[in-house]
Amino acid sequence: MTGSRLDPWVDAYAARTHGLAVSEIRALFSVASRPEVVSLAGGMPFVQALSTDVMVATAERVLRERGTQALQYGSGQGDVHLREQIARVMAEVAITAHPDDIVVTTGSQMALDLVTRTFCDPGDVVLVEAPSYVGALGVFASYQCDVVHVAMDDDGLIPEALSETIARLAGRRIKMLYTIPNFHNPAGVTLSAQRRLDVLRIAQDAGILVLEDDPYGLLGFDGPPPRAMRAEDSDGVVYLGSFSKTIAAGLRVGWAVAPHGVREKLVLASEAAVLCPSNYAQLTVSEYLATQPWREQIKAFAHLYEERRDALLDSLQAMMPTGTRWTIPAGGFYSWLTLPDELDATAMLPRAISSLVAYVPGTGFFADGQGRSNLRLSYCYPEPDRIVEGVRRLSAVVESELALAERFGTSGASAQPLGSAVPGPDVQ
Amino acid sequence: MTHVVVLAGGLSPERDVSLRSGRRIAEALREVGVSVTECDVDAQLIGTLRDIRPDVVVPMLHGTTGEDGAVRHVLAALGLPFIGATASACERSFDKSVAASLIGQTGLATPRSITLPQGAFGELGASAVLDAAVDFIGLPLVVKPNKGGSALGVTVVREADALPAAMVGAFAYADVVILQQFIAGTELALSVLDDGHIRVLPPVEIQAPNGIYDYHARYVAGTTEFFVPARLAESTVQRAMNVATTVHATLGLRDWSRTDVIVDTDGEPWFLEVNVAPGMTETSLFPQSLAAADLDVGAVTADLISRALAR
Repeated sequence: MTGSRLDPWVDAYAARTHGLAVSEIRALFSVASRPEVVSLAGGMPFVQALSTDVMVATAERVLRERGTQALQYGSGQGDVHLREQIARVMAEVAITAHPDDIVVTTGSQMALDLVTRTFCDPGDVVLVEAPSYVGALGVFASYQCDVVHVAMDDDGLIPEALSETIARLAGRRIKMLYTIPNFHNPAGVTLSAQRRLDVLRIAQDAGILVLEDDPYGLLGFDGPPPRAMRAEDSDGVVYLGSFSKTIAAGLRVGWAVAPHGVREKLVLASEAAVLCPSNYAQLTVSEYLATQPWREQIKAFAHLYEERRDALLDSLQAMMPTGTRWTIPAGGFYSWLTLPDELDATAMLPRAISSLVAYVPGTGFFADGQGRSNLRLSYCYPEPDRIVEGVRRLSAVVESELALAERFGTSGASAQPLGSAVPGPDVQ
Repeated sequence: MTHVVVLAGGLSPERDVSLRSGRRIAEALREVGVSVTECDVDAQLIGTLRDIRPDVVVPMLHGTTGEDGAVRHVLAALGLPFIGATASACERSFDKSVAASLIGQTGLATPRSITLPQGAFGELGASAVLDAAVDFIGLPLVVKPNKGGSALGVTVVREADALPAAMVGAFAYADVVILQQFIAGTELALSVLDDGHIRVLPPVEIQAPNGIYDYHARYVAGTTEFFVPARLAESTVQRAMNVATTVHATLGLRDWSRTDVIVDTDGEPWFLEVNVAPGMTETSLFPQSLAAADLDVGAVTADLISRALAR
C-alpha cells in the first residue's frame, strides 16, 4: 500500500536539488525580522543612507529620456556605456579593464553562477576559504562540485595551506580557487598584499583559475582600497564586482571581468540563462554613476559601517565572556566570532532568538560540517545603539549556555541540520 | 458580513509555521465568503483589535503565548469571541506533563516520564539526576521541551552518553524539559472536530524516515509518507480514536484539537500530546484528515466561527 508524500514530483527532482529544503534553523530566522529582535544575522546593506530624492530623479530621467531602451531587451554582455563606466570603477582597485572584458550580470551572484557552470562538471573540485560565502557554496553545490576548504587566519587565506591542499588532491580535477580577498564574508579578514602574490603564484603553477569575489573592496575603513588580485594577473583571474553594497542591492547589477576566452563563454551562458540583464536596472546605475558623486557616497557608506563596526567591537570587548574571540574587520559587513569552550552555535540559536538577538551559526559557511563553535555577526544594518543592545543580549545567552554546558559536561546536541541553515537574502 | 481576525506569527520559534497556517486558513475563509484580516502578534495587537473590532478571532499561533493560553486570556478580557480551546484548557493541554498526568488518570496509557526544570540540575547534580531518570524510564527515551511544538528541541536518546547533549539542546527551547519513555510503534494523528458533538476525523498514519517525525520530516513535502486510512486493524484504529475523544473531553477542549498517539506492537494506543491550535500548513495533518472526511477547511472553520459567535 502506498501512502501520500504530499508532493507528486518527489521522485522527479534532479540530484542537484537534494539538500534544497527548509530546516528548523532557517525557520528561526523568520523571527529575526521582527522589530523586537536585534538581528546581527542578515547582510542587508543600509540603503536608507541613499537619498530617495536622488534615486527617484535618477529613475525618472532614465524612463523619460531613454525609456524605450530601458524597457526593451538589451545586449547579453550588458550596456556598453555602463561597461565603460565599470571600467573606470575598476581603476579604483588598480584593475585596467577594457569594456569588452566586462560582462554585466544580475548581481555578482549570477556571475558566480555563470563562471561555475562554464568551468565545473559534477565532481570537479573547487577550493574555497574556511569559512566561505554561503551563496557561493550554494552555487557550487547546485553544480555538484566537490568543495574543499583551505585554512585562513587573520591575514586571509594561508598560502602554505593552499599548497598542501593542492598537493593532497593530486589526481583530482581542481577547477577553481574561489576567494574573497577583501573584508571577507563571513570571516571579516583581508588577504595581505604579500599573500595575494603568493596565492596567485601557487594557482598559476597548478593551473587553477582564481575567482576573485570583491563586493566589499571599496568599503574599507582605513586608507585606499586594497589592490585587486586581477591587477597582477589578468589571464589567471576572473574578478566579480557588484553595485549591491556601493549603490543599491535591489537594482541587482553586478559584473565579471574575465580573460577574453572566458568572457565569450560567459556572455553565451548569460544569454542562455536570462537573455540579458535588466536594461532598466543597468541604465539606472549608469545614470547614477554619470550624475552623482558616487565616490563620496561610497565614503559615506563606509563611514556609517565603520561606526557600526566600532559599536560591535567595543561592545564585544566590554561584554563577551572570557574565551570568546572575534576578528577585527577593516571594512565590509562582518565579524567572525569563536565561542568559548567549543559551545555549539547552532544549538544555542533558539536561546538567542528567545532572547531577541539573531546571528548566523558558523556551520552554514562550510560544506563539510566545520564551524560549530563559530557564528557570523553582521553590523551593516542595525543602528549602533541596537548593536550594543544585541551584544548585551548575546553575551547573556553565551553566559547561560556556558553554565548549561558546565552543568551537563557538554554543549548542545544540534544535529547537522538537513537543508538550508542560513537566512534568505531579505533577512535583516 | 462576518469579519474575522486570523492571528498568526508571534515571536515563538514556530513563527514560520504559524504564518503558513494562518495564511492558509485566511485564504480558505475568504473562499467561503468570510472577510478576513491577518494580524501578527506584537505590541500593537491589542490596539489593532480594538480598532478593528472583529466579530471573531481565529488564533493560528503555534508555540508559547499562542498555545499556552496567554493570548486567549487577553482575547477573553477584550470580550472578543475566538475559536478553539479556552485559555485555561490551553494551559493544561500545552504543558505536556500536566496533560499527560490528567490523561493518565483516566486510565489511558501514557509513557513513563520525568519533568525537570533547569534549576533542578543545579541543586541535585546533573549526572545523578540523569542517571536516576535513565534508571526509571529506560532507554531509548525521548527528550523534549515541556512546552512547544513542531518537534523543535526533540531528541531520541538511545545511549545514556547522548543524554546530556540532548538536555542542553532541549533547554535551548524551554526552561523545563520532559524525559519520556520511547514507545516503538505506529504514529497516528487524530484530528477532532467538536460542534457540541465530538467527532474524530479519519486518523493519519505517519511514516517518517527512520521513524523520527522531526522538523524536516514535518515541513519538507515528500519526506514523510502519510496513510489515510491508517494501515491498522479497524478495532485498533477505533481504540486510538477513543483516546482522542477522551483527551478532548478530559482537557475540556473546544471546536478542534489534534491528539498524537503511538500504537505499540500490541495494539495499545499511547497518548503523547495534544495540540490546541493544530497546524494547517500544506504538509500538516489536520487538513489531511479533513480532506479524507470530504470536508473543506474554509467551510469547517466558518462553521466554528458561527459557533463562536453564538457562544
